[in-house]
Amino acid sequence: MDHREALIAASNNRANLNYVAPGIEVQGLSLTYPDEPNALIDINLSIPGGEVTAVIGPSGCGKSTLLRCFNRMNDMLEGCQYSGSITLGDLNILDPMTDVTLLRRRVGMVFQQPNPFPMSIYDNVAYGPRIGGLRRRRDLDEVVENALRLAALWDEVKGQLGKNATVLSLGQQQRLVIARAIAVQPEVLLMDEPASSLDPISTLRIEELIYELKQSYTIVIVTHNMQQAARVSDRTAFLNQGQVVEYDATDKIFTNPSQRATEDYITGRYG
Amino acid sequence: MTNPDMFDYPDLNSARIRDEKINTLMTAATGAATLLAVVSVVAFLGFIVLLGGAWLAEEQALSATVGQQHSSNFELLLFGGRELASSGGVLPAIVGTVVLTLLMAVIVAPLGIVVALYLTEYSGGGWPTQLLRIGVQNLAAIPSIIYGVFGLAFFVYVIGGRIDELFYASNLPTPTFGTPGLLWASLTLALLTLPTVIVATEEGLLRIPSSLREGSRALGATRVETIFRVVLPAAAPSILTGIILAVARAAGEVAPLMLVGVVRYAPTLPVSIEAPFLQLEQKFMHLGFYVYDLTMHAPGSEGRVGIVAAASLLLVSVIVSLNIVALLLRVRLRRTYVQSGV
Repeated sequence: MDHREALIAASNNRANLNYVAPGIEVQGLSLTYPDEPNALIDINLSIPGGEVTAVIGPSGCGKSTLLRCFNRMNDMLEGCQYSGSITLGDLNILDPMTDVTLLRRRVGMVFQQPNPFPMSIYDNVAYGPRIGGLRRRRDLDEVVENALRLAALWDEVKGQLGKNATVLSLGQQQRLVIARAIAVQPEVLLMDEPASSLDPISTLRIEELIYELKQSYTIVIVTHNMQQAARVSDRTAFLNQGQVVEYDATDKIFTNPSQRATEDYITGRYG
Repeated sequence: MTNPDMFDYPDLNSARIRDEKINTLMTAATGAATLLAVVSVVAFLGFIVLLGGAWLAEEQALSATVGQQHSSNFELLLFGGRELASSGGVLPAIVGTVVLTLLMAVIVAPLGIVVALYLTEYSGGGWPTQLLRIGVQNLAAIPSIIYGVFGLAFFVYVIGGRIDELFYASNLPTPTFGTPGLLWASLTLALLTLPTVIVATEEGLLRIPSSLREGSRALGATRVETIFRVVLPAAAPSILTGIILAVARAAGEVAPLMLVGVVRYAPTLPVSIEAPFLQLEQKFMHLGFYVYDLTMHAPGSEGRVGIVAAASLLLVSVIVSLNIVALLLRVRLRRTYVQSGV
């Protein structure tokens, strides 16, 4: 199956009303690297498909590291070692035989700082599909338009797709990189503090967008902002010093946490 | 009556006056230095243009009275006047300079970019890399004549000699490649300008934020795809700046060329309209050397300054033209790939 067929199959799949993006199962995950031997310790999480899961915790607790396990971005760190397992549907993510470029097409990522490439808006969104082998202009046009519409950016940029992406506002840039991520039809979207560099109005738009997207994507969001976690997520995991302290429905975590440490953190007595 | 709540700040006031004085002084000093620099450059260019132009005008008047068919200053300069004629005019020297510089750029650009890519993207940045980097930067400080000696010893005698033994044995003992020529001169200049290109490219590559590389990798691009589709295009303006600097330096070099291929008079051009278009083994003429040669050997002492100024004017024009082409290219690239402010 070539990339174009794969894209079409994925979008047809998504059009099906019963479609639910697969969830992520994390079992006994530990991660070490030379500077931080206990980056993650025995993490067990069952992240449901088609929902938003927030990961909160103090700085340096390992939340970004955990997120980067899901698309193997930690591989780029020197001397990083995993144990345990992470599965996405039938895919064993941590298996050394897993093709990370294919994995990353199923698991997209949005970073803290908007990082559009210094090229046109169109080329930014078309970047992933082109890497995957999509060449025909008509197919690319369709993919770009759909992705920009989904990311609620189409109306603002439709007349100026050839304009350099770096001249957009920060909020628009962040929606652009979300469009870029969903243009390759991933099943999972990882968001690493996606609104922390944005103003309140842009933040609100990103949060609305997350709410829209969760119908067809499994979303894992790392955030420093307690209110944001409470607003956008269905489930919340509280991480501290590389360990999961508590993982439950967001309502439960924010109204009636079972751990003292969780309560201290969300009420601001810690961290 | 003075109000007790009102404070007088004599110290603050005098500090502000002192600040303003220093500001005025700095403005005057930096402005004067800038003026001096501008005046020197203008004087230098004016000297060349006036003297060279005067010589050309005089030469044209002279040839008109003598009845030669030179009709314009342009032709005169290209094909030689009374004095330039002895060496065939400056046209072959211009051609030699341009061909040599372009060939050098074609050799040094890919080599420099690949080395810089290795240093920034692949080497890992340990102490061997640092050592290599320091070594490369220090290469730029070696006097150019040393490069000429190396070019002669290594390129001409070792490599050229081997090529002759292997491919042109029938012509021996007359050397084909085992003697100074265009190829060896280009390689020597490429070596000379390699550090410039490496350092500029490296700086450009290091300025590309790692978030761009991560963004590309997170979309499923491999390392190589990331380098060719994101990193190199974004660094293109810096790379071109390096090549511009390399061209500027190479076009003005004379000393090493005297050892590896430049001659006072070459009967044929190193380029032709028939295949193979480029005679890599040929000796060639060069404007820089031409200026030197005129200064030392031009007949008579009266006209010497004028003729040298005219040739210098040409040399400067050729280098400026080469740079303008590169600058235009860079402006175009900048427009395509705006440096991201991340």
